[in-house]
Amino acid sequence: MATATSVRSGRTLWLVGLLVAVALAVLVSFYASSQPDGLEKVAGDEGFLASAEDHDLADSPLADYGVRGIDDDRLSVGLAGLAGVAVTLAAGGGLLWLVRRRDDGSTTADPV
Amino acid sequence: MHIPDGFINAGTSVGAAGVALGTMGVAVRRTRDVLGERQVPLAALTAAFIFAVQMLNFPVASGTSGHLLGGVLAAVLVGPWTGAICVAVVLAVQGLLFADGGLSALGLNVVNMSLVGAVGGYLVFRAIRRLLPDNLVGTEVAAGVAAFLSVPMAAAAFTLEFAIGGNADVAWGDVALAMVGTHVLIGIGEGVITAMAVGAVLASRPDLVHAVDGAAPPLEIRPHEVAR
Repeated sequence: MATATSVRSGRTLWLVGLLVAVALAVLVSFYASSQPDGLEKVAGDEGFLASAEDHDLADSPLADYGVRGIDDDRLSVGLAGLAGVAVTLAAGGGLLWLVRRRDDGSTTADPV
Repeated sequence: MHIPDGFINAGTSVGAAGVALGTMGVAVRRTRDVLGERQVPLAALTAAFIFAVQMLNFPVASGTSGHLLGGVLAAVLVGPWTGAICVAVVLAVQGLLFADGGLSALGLNVVNMSLVGAVGGYLVFRAIRRLLPDNLVGTEVAAGVAAFLSVPMAAAAFTLEFAIGGNADVAWGDVALAMVGTHVLIGIGEGVITAMAVGAVLASRPDLVHAVDGAAPPLEIRPHEVAR
C-alpha cells in the first residue's frame, strides 16, 4: 500500500534531523540549566531527596554527561553528547532493525 | 523526571520492571506489524533526537529545570509502540552510559516516560486530534497539547509509584500536589518543543509522519508473513 511513498525515504529530512540533534547535543547542551529537575526539586521540598542512592555506575567514563579526564566543561559535555547521540542512534537503529516488518521479500520472515 | 535508585522500594521497582517488560513485548509485536524497513532510520533518529533534546534542561521556575520527555513527539512521528521503544532506548542509554536514572529504577522510568508518556500521551493526542480541523495544523496543535498533558501524567505515575512503594515517610498527597504542579510548568516546554518539532517535519515531509499517514490505518489485506 505504501510502496508509492516509501520510495522517497526522506534522506534530506534525516540528514537535517541528525545535524540538528548533533548540534543540540554537542553545542547547545553546554548552556542547559543545571538547576535540579522537577522530580529532584520536589524530592528536596517534600523531604525525600535523602532517600536517593548513588548510581551504580556513577564512576563510569561518561557519568553525568561529561567525559572523565577532560577538564574543559564545554568539550566534556559536547563529546558526551556526541557519544550519546551516536550510541542512541546505533542502539535504536539496531534494535528496530531486528523488530522491523518483514514483508519486502528481501529477508526471510521469522518463524514466529 | 528520571528516578534515581532509592526513592522507590525494591518490590515496587521489580513490579514496574515487569510492567515495562510487558510494554516492550507488546511494543515489539506491534512494531513488527507496522515498521517498514525504510522507516527504521527515521525511528532511530527520533530516539537520537530525543536523547539530544533531553540534555537541554530549561529553567521553569525558581530553582527548577525541566527537559523534554519526548514520548508524544516520538509517538506522533513514528507511532505509539515504536515511539515507546525509542523512549525506552533513550532511558537505557542514559542509565547505562550516563548514570542518569537508577538502574533499579529503569522499569519505573520506562513505565512513566515510555508507557505513560508515549503510549498514554498518544491516546490523548488521538482524542484531541478528533476535536480539531483535519489538517496539518490540527495535528501540530494536538501534538503540542497532548505533549503538555503527558508531563503531569508522567508525574502522576511517579506519585502512584511513590504512594505504593516510596522509601521515605512522606505523605503522598503532598508529593502529588508538588509533582503535578511543577510538571504542569515543565509540560509547557514539552508542548512547545513537541509542536515545533512535529511542525518542522510536517512542513517538509508530512508523508513520513505516522499520525498523518497511519494513525488509523484502514483494514489492509496482507497475506500472513511467509518466507518468499
